Amino acid sequence: MLELIKAIKVGVIPCNGEEICEGTLTRFASRKVLDKLRPDSTVTICLPLFIAGEKGERNFSKTFPTITVDGCNKRCSQISTERLSSPPRFSIVVSDVLKEHGIAPPESRRILASKDQAAVDLIADEIARKVDEILKNG
Amino acid sequence: MSRKVIVLPCSGIGKAYGEIGRQAVYELVEDLRPEEATTTCLARLVIDDPEAKALVHDNIVITIDGCTQDCARKCVESTGKKVDSSLRVIEAFKQNRGLKPEGILELGEPGFKLVHGLSQRLSEEVDCLLRKEK
Repeated sequence: MLELIKAIKVGVIPCNGEEICEGTLTRFASRKVLDKLRPDSTVTICLPLFIAGEKGERNFSKTFPTITVDGCNKRCSQISTERLSSPPRFSIVVSDVLKEHGIAPPESRRILASKDQAAVDLIADEIARKVDEILKNG
Repeated sequence: MSRKVIVLPCSGIGKAYGEIGRQAVYELVEDLRPEEATTTCLARLVIDDPEAKALVHDNIVITIDGCTQDCARKCVESTGKKVDSSLRVIEAFKQNRGLKPEGILELGEPGFKLVHGLSQRLSEEVDCLLRKEK
């Protein structure tokens, strides 16, 4: 049964970066994938559960192929997932993706402005593409 | 130099509780107690980031958790620091039973009423902890 779930679900792990604006984008983009773009093929976990949770939580990326979504180059989600669970299949760094596409980060970490929707969409599409790649290639 | 209060929300993303805690912390550190309180990314403690660890070790710490897993408190304590105060978002619901957030990240008006109540509670806690310092 676990193998069946493993084959059809991909874990999306945002850093959530509460201190920075790019952290807010990791949350909104990940939720867009979970709720709208790939609701039937994605799951998530709160990153700190790798420390606070039980064995089941620490096995998350052994159970599911994962995509980490980090706000900055500290790569907290990628590093934690590697150290405390299992290496992610893909790692996305929001600040790098925005730079690559010439999109400015949000001005507030608190509330996203309507202009920030482009950044949310860009990151969410990138996550969804990686989900499809994992599902296609196994 | 006087110590600051570091207020850490959990990174909850599965339910609205996490966002209520985060928004209450933003309201606290940006509007209510900008001189006395600040925050950092919880995930930095998960990777043992030296700067974030020093920040929590050298200052007063309040954690605010969205569920009974208490991730924020446990992450701080995993670094060897005992938190000075730990709150749960559910406290805000107890005093406002009729209020229901509209979504997980988009809280709407009822959700922000809960945020305002919680940020007030946090600011009282900040004041209380700073009074003990004197």
